[in-house]
Amino acid sequence: MTRTRIPLLKEIPLLVWLVIMWGALWQDYSAGNLIFGLAIALVVVNVFYLPPVELGGRLNVLAGLLFVVKFIGNVAVASFQVLWVAVAKGPRTKNAVLAVRLRSRSDLIVTATGHTISLIPGSLVVDVDRSTSTLYLHCLDIESPEGAERFRDQVLRIEEGLIRSIGSKEEMAIIRDGKLQAQQGGTR
Amino acid sequence: MNTDAVLEILAAACLVAGSLMSLAAAIGMLRFPDLLSRMHAATKPQVFGLFLLLMGLALQLRSWAAVPVLILAWLFQLLTVPVSAHMVGRAGYRTKHLRKDTLSIDELDEVVRKAAEEENLPMPGESGSPNADEAEEFDTAAAEAELAAESAAQADLRRDADGAAPGR
Repeated sequence: MTRTRIPLLKEIPLLVWLVIMWGALWQDYSAGNLIFGLAIALVVVNVFYLPPVELGGRLNVLAGLLFVVKFIGNVAVASFQVLWVAVAKGPRTKNAVLAVRLRSRSDLIVTATGHTISLIPGSLVVDVDRSTSTLYLHCLDIESPEGAERFRDQVLRIEEGLIRSIGSKEEMAIIRDGKLQAQQGGTR
Repeated sequence: MNTDAVLEILAAACLVAGSLMSLAAAIGMLRFPDLLSRMHAATKPQVFGLFLLLMGLALQLRSWAAVPVLILAWLFQLLTVPVSAHMVGRAGYRTKHLRKDTLSIDELDEVVRKAAEEENLPMPGESGSPNADEAEEFDTAAAEAELAAESAAQADLRRDADGAAPGR
């Protein structure tokens, strides 16, 4: 098996993550333990080869934190909604399979968006069209086209939050252009 | 009331609310009509339920060293839950283990149909099963045959497991 070597710089985020995990699992952050963790991380990274994740080259910590807080809020609200739907509607629940076309073309953003929307109760990813970044989502308790539209907006907002946190500059530009067009369309 | 007592009460509230989420999952499993909607109940309320349980645990333990482990436990749950839900959901949709009458809108159906029509469906392996598309009952053989045709027709609709195709 041939493999392209990954430059060390690209592996640093993964290494840092593995070392933090090592420390967390031992609940010991002393230098000796972390150095041993780093040694193991280096072995793991080199023996168990994975294709590198293509990061967007941007990281906005504030937007990331905001995203996490919003995410937990969303999950909390939606959990109670699913409970309510289960109790009140049960077998009469109407669902929908919706296609949502994302704006980003990056695998990382599409995967993360799909992941996030899957974690928020009431929706799961049934299929993905990678060439057009389209997610096909099964959504609980969608009865009308208006509900479907609301849901689509939610998915796009999640994508936007992710792009603001870790998306590339080009993706940020797409978001900004979209906003601008929406505003112009609104005032016209 | 001192802070200890307040934290104890908070922890207890978190634990009870977290358990409530498991109850929600059980109710959903019982009451939802088909595989896909049950998947929602089976996987989702736990995300928040586990969050509350771990939060309660953190409030009870009150040791900073334990917090990263709890976060890790939650993170790994977050990473694995959507994958399993997706795999079951996708397999369920493609083998037609879903009740179309519970769907108000189905936008994937059109795509699948169009792709099947474009291929015109004489499959490479099987010589004559033209009815694969019409087999509405849970005929596993037909479903699998259609699955094969589908994958051929829309290779892009699948996520490349090997993560090839650089530059996208």
